[in-house]
Amino acid sequence: MNAFEAPVIEWGVLMPVLVVLAAGVVGVLIEAFVPDRARRTTQVVLTLAALVGSLVSVVLLWDRVTTEGYAFVVDGTYLLTPFTLGIQAVVAVLALLGVLVIADRTRTGQDAFAPTAAAVPGTTYEDAAREAGLQQTEIYPLVLFATGGMLLFPATDNLIVLFIALEVLSLPLYVLCATARRRRLLSQEAAFKYFLLGSFASAIMLFGIALVYGFAGTVSIEGALFVLAHPESQVLELMPGLVIAGVLLITVGLLFKIGAAPFHTWTPDVYQGAPTPITGFMAACVKAAAIGALVRVIFTLAAGLDEPLRRDLEVGLWAVAILTMLIGTAAGVVQTDVKRMLAYSSIAHAGFLAVAFVGFSEVGSQAVLFYVLAYGLATLGGFAVVTLVREQDAGGVVLGEATHLSQWAGLARRSPWLAAAFTLFLLSMAGIPLTAGFVAKFAVFSAAVAAGAWPLAVLGVLASAVAVFFYVRLIVLMVLTPRSEDAEDAGAADGGSAADGARPAEGEPSADGGAPATATLAAARSTLARASVVVVTSRGPATVAIVLCAVGVVLLGVVPQMALDWATQAATFRPLQP
Amino acid sequence: MELVNYLYLASILFALGATTVLLRRNAIVVFMGVELMLNATNLALVTFARMHGDITGQVLAFFVMVVAAAEVVVGLAIIVTIFRARRSASVDDVNLLKS
Repeated sequence: MNAFEAPVIEWGVLMPVLVVLAAGVVGVLIEAFVPDRARRTTQVVLTLAALVGSLVSVVLLWDRVTTEGYAFVVDGTYLLTPFTLGIQAVVAVLALLGVLVIADRTRTGQDAFAPTAAAVPGTTYEDAAREAGLQQTEIYPLVLFATGGMLLFPATDNLIVLFIALEVLSLPLYVLCATARRRRLLSQEAAFKYFLLGSFASAIMLFGIALVYGFAGTVSIEGALFVLAHPESQVLELMPGLVIAGVLLITVGLLFKIGAAPFHTWTPDVYQGAPTPITGFMAACVKAAAIGALVRVIFTLAAGLDEPLRRDLEVGLWAVAILTMLIGTAAGVVQTDVKRMLAYSSIAHAGFLAVAFVGFSEVGSQAVLFYVLAYGLATLGGFAVVTLVREQDAGGVVLGEATHLSQWAGLARRSPWLAAAFTLFLLSMAGIPLTAGFVAKFAVFSAAVAAGAWPLAVLGVLASAVAVFFYVRLIVLMVLTPRSEDAEDAGAADGGSAADGARPAEGEPSADGGAPATATLAAARSTLARASVVVVTSRGPATVAIVLCAVGVVLLGVVPQMALDWATQAATFRPLQP
Repeated sequence: MELVNYLYLASILFALGATTVLLRRNAIVVFMGVELMLNATNLALVTFARMHGDITGQVLAFFVMVVAAAEVVVGLAIIVTIFRARRSASVDDVNLLKS
């Protein structure tokens, strides 16, 4: 029996992840030791500092990793390639912007989170907690832990670490989803669905990992491929089918996280129910991280597989890309809820991203990097705008977000700047020239064409064209449709959205069925249907986030060369030489 | 006894767990299905570790146990919150969000 040897660890390479996770731990201690009054400020400052620190460490590592090709700790257990570092940079930037939106309390002085998430909705305990002005500052450490998991997710060659990172990023998100201040039943339901489906997906992925390990006797992806390529080195007489099944199951787990069809069904419900700042954070950052991990796994596999297997993999990706684009755009067209519409748009974007995978080329991974940045900025900005458009009851009390599309009518007259920003984000998602989305889509489709997958590119362009319809419909609604004081009239009157008219906001509660506790919600909804719409002013952070996102979207669209160069530098694929 | 029998058992348990998740209505039972899947994976992992004669699989099994414990904490918290708010833990009753 050998004694354990302490591994040599190069801490500098781990910095981007370590800073964030350490700050998360400190954040938990802050919850315990810092007095009530100072707690929120401390947490926000710590969270922002940690994310900036992580971004700085990424920048410091950049030169070294891009020249050497990779940097790793303990045999690739933690492995930085330029691409990984690029994804980490994107995740850190988006998380930073996301935290700004999360931290904003608007002029109402309330953030988007329940005073105590444990209180049962509609009880006196909940009212007491609200009146006492309690706040749930645990949000910030949870966000940090999730971000830490996201930074780790694409940065490993080791399947154990891949699984742990997946859980570290998922578990805090399940909790965060359940913490909305308003519409708490919906929020809890979102968390419930996300949790059950998410843990099911990660169990499937774990079984895949077990199969790959059983085949190869190692949990390193490169190691497993080596065994597959050299059957004589195989220790056990097991069929190679084991590794194929294993890889399939692992891919299912990853596709679930990016919300690609046919594993997308959780996305609309979770995006709609979760607190909006968290939805923005989740939509932007999780997608970036999971795509990063998927690229690492799939591209490594493709480099190691023999020709027929690689073709099978490609066929699978074609199917996923086509299905995801179709479902995302087709279902997006009929949505009447802004958050749900953005959720379907995010599914469609997952499909566009999958298009870039075909060919497994450097151009593809470069397009992926640029795309997640462009998509992330627009989505985060979009959800940030949604947090500011609120309902207001007759007494002037600001309620939850006005998410029904008809409530957005005439927004441009009341707050032109906000509407302009939202228009910009929607145009970018649609891929209109001079926005980041156009360059991103162009990069993705040209990668597909370069790989000979022109039918996929054509389908992608068609899907984008359909998607333009529902983005532009919302823009028309905001800019051209006059505002009607009465929400019921607005639903029926706006000509731009015939689909909405068929189902005015008030008709919804009846569809909820007879579960006794839903009565509260139904009552809440019918008051909301009568509420007028108001735009609350941000206390700063969310405005900063929206402005930064908008500037980013325009800059990436007008002068994309710098970012493209950066992506090219990051996407140069060098196989690992152990 | 042939070690491969443990792998068959693990696959059967995994399939049972997955079936439970897909078919049962009660959230707690669904969650138990997920746990069964994780434990079936553990069985497969330690069997593979024994076959290969290396400890990576056993280490991974420990990680899975820790993750499963963390998942129980979060999962039960969410299910209990849902139950307290609605007096039901059936996955079919949770249907306020839909298109």
